[in-house]
Amino acid sequence: MAHPGKGKPPRVGDNPVFRRVLLTFVLVLVGLMIVAPLVVIGVEAFSKGVAYFGAAIAHPDTRHAIMLTVITALIAVPINTAFGVAAAWAITKHDFPGKRLLIVIIEIPFSVSPIVAGVAYLFVFGLQGLFGHALQTMEIKILFALPGIVLASMFVTAPFVARELIPLMQAQGRDLEEAATSLGASGWRTFFSVTLPNIKWALLYGVVLCNSRVMGEFGAVSVVSGNIRGQTNTLPLHIELLYHDYNAAGSFAAASILAGLAIVTLVVKVALERQGAGRIQRPSALAGADTVTPEVKP
Amino acid sequence: MKRILLLGAALLGLAAPISAHAADKLLNASYDVARELFAAENEAFVKQHPGVTIDQSHGGTSKQARAIVEGLEADVVTFNQVTDIDFLVKNGFVAEGWQQKFPNNASPFYSFPSFLVRAGNPKNIKDWSDLARDDVKVVFPNPKTSGNARYTYLAATAYAKEAFNNDPAKVEEFITKIFDNVPVFDTGGRAATTTFVEREIGDVIITFEAETKSIAKQYGEDKFESVVPSVSLLAEFPVAIVDKVADARGSRDLAKSYLDFLYAPEGQKIAAEFGHRVHDEKVAAEFKDQFPEIRLVNVDDVFGGWKKISEEHFAEGGTLDKIYGSR
Repeated sequence: MAHPGKGKPPRVGDNPVFRRVLLTFVLVLVGLMIVAPLVVIGVEAFSKGVAYFGAAIAHPDTRHAIMLTVITALIAVPINTAFGVAAAWAITKHDFPGKRLLIVIIEIPFSVSPIVAGVAYLFVFGLQGLFGHALQTMEIKILFALPGIVLASMFVTAPFVARELIPLMQAQGRDLEEAATSLGASGWRTFFSVTLPNIKWALLYGVVLCNSRVMGEFGAVSVVSGNIRGQTNTLPLHIELLYHDYNAAGSFAAASILAGLAIVTLVVKVALERQGAGRIQRPSALAGADTVTPEVKP
Repeated sequence: MKRILLLGAALLGLAAPISAHAADKLLNASYDVARELFAAENEAFVKQHPGVTIDQSHGGTSKQARAIVEGLEADVVTFNQVTDIDFLVKNGFVAEGWQQKFPNNASPFYSFPSFLVRAGNPKNIKDWSDLARDDVKVVFPNPKTSGNARYTYLAATAYAKEAFNNDPAKVEEFITKIFDNVPVFDTGGRAATTTFVEREIGDVIITFEAETKSIAKQYGEDKFESVVPSVSLLAEFPVAIVDKVADARGSRDLAKSYLDFLYAPEGQKIAAEFGHRVHDEKVAAEFKDQFPEIRLVNVDDVFGGWKKISEEHFAEGGTLDKIYGSR
């Protein structure tokens, strides 16, 4: 890239010029694409002063949007985590017909646009859809209420945990679990004492990703939420609403809260990792996790 | 495992309580930039009717109409497109003849496509004819995706029809010239505002008069000024009771008094404060300074109604496609 036509070809990474160019390139990109927008959000959020920021955040609709987003995450993330672990466990530790198909199906939400998920839910639960009338006569409300928002968020983030776990668990193989079982451990015991310690970092990472995505999800939720402010407006929807109202400072204030929630998630993850790294690793954890995990993490 | 079951139960529990007693509660499904307006209207209405709650949903009105048909339980709609209420009529949610149930075609306030130029009006833009000048850059969103821009397109066409005596070739040439002066077609009104205000592209942005006022309010009244053309197209903001929902929830009376309130002097005053023109004579007189005189033509007289417009202008291969495609 930086050095054509020199006497001896430098090994990648040895050449100080190359290293500097590469580093500058990465730093500039990170600065422009990630740091700068975050700084802008922070600056714009306080552009009308701290008092205005406080008032914007304290507005009942904004507070409710924050609450709703957190509640959605509190419901969707544990369910998806349980699903992800179960799916990864089933796929990597057992053999059954249709396994490959299952892997493909789990990954569908990754490749499908969230808006498609939202519209699909309309077709299933909407009044013009399959179960709409039945649900209405039973007075069960799914669309334009919390259950719809949770379902849409869950659809979009369903693969996150499984996706982190499957490659790792495949690399680890089944030896340890088979050994545990042959020594008489029950299924639950095997899972909690053998498998879980081996996958916990990948699991944590999957949960963090899943959580940030649930809290930030816009497209699918936008279709099924009904945008009732103070009731079904999640934080991302609320940000858009404020922005369209020419309430730039308010929308940036709300955006800074959303970014803040994401940062809190990351801090929690790092803190947990630190705490975990400080402890003495159990032999079972040494067997696979530490050699494989770095490849899985970006 | 137990936790998951509990969560499931909680989910169902949250799903259950709906429409138990509805008569003290209304849901108003409205268009996307009306949040502040209805926040003010609702506050005033609730003051007159203590104990009542008005919930608001905002979004593009086509999306809102779709959501109502799919089960969003809105008792009233306050839209900015007549055609989207017609969609509710077609699906049996609003009874025919809704435009006769409230005064002025069921439109409590109105507006029209108007101009916002940079301070001092350096290009001296006064009327639609100035938009076709070679030295003027015009900003409005893509009429294919934005209802707001459709009004702009129709208003310009209405002007041209008068100016060129209904000569279709000349009208088309005029509109094509204006389109050629648009440097970027954004997908929506909000994006067009960003183009004009923050990227500082263009000499004039065309949007509803009410909108020009809120842009100036938000981004600095010393930086922009509102220019009202000689003639423009009446843009109605139609309201209706969603009969199917209101009957099911027993909220018809409350819905009626809510929409009536939008026509009452207090409701009209709030609408005027947010830059909308109103029919109430006293309120209109009070705000006279802010609303320069303008001659407004309407869709039925100039174009023969919305149905004809969508067939002739907005359907695939229609006039808009010809003009837009020739760029």
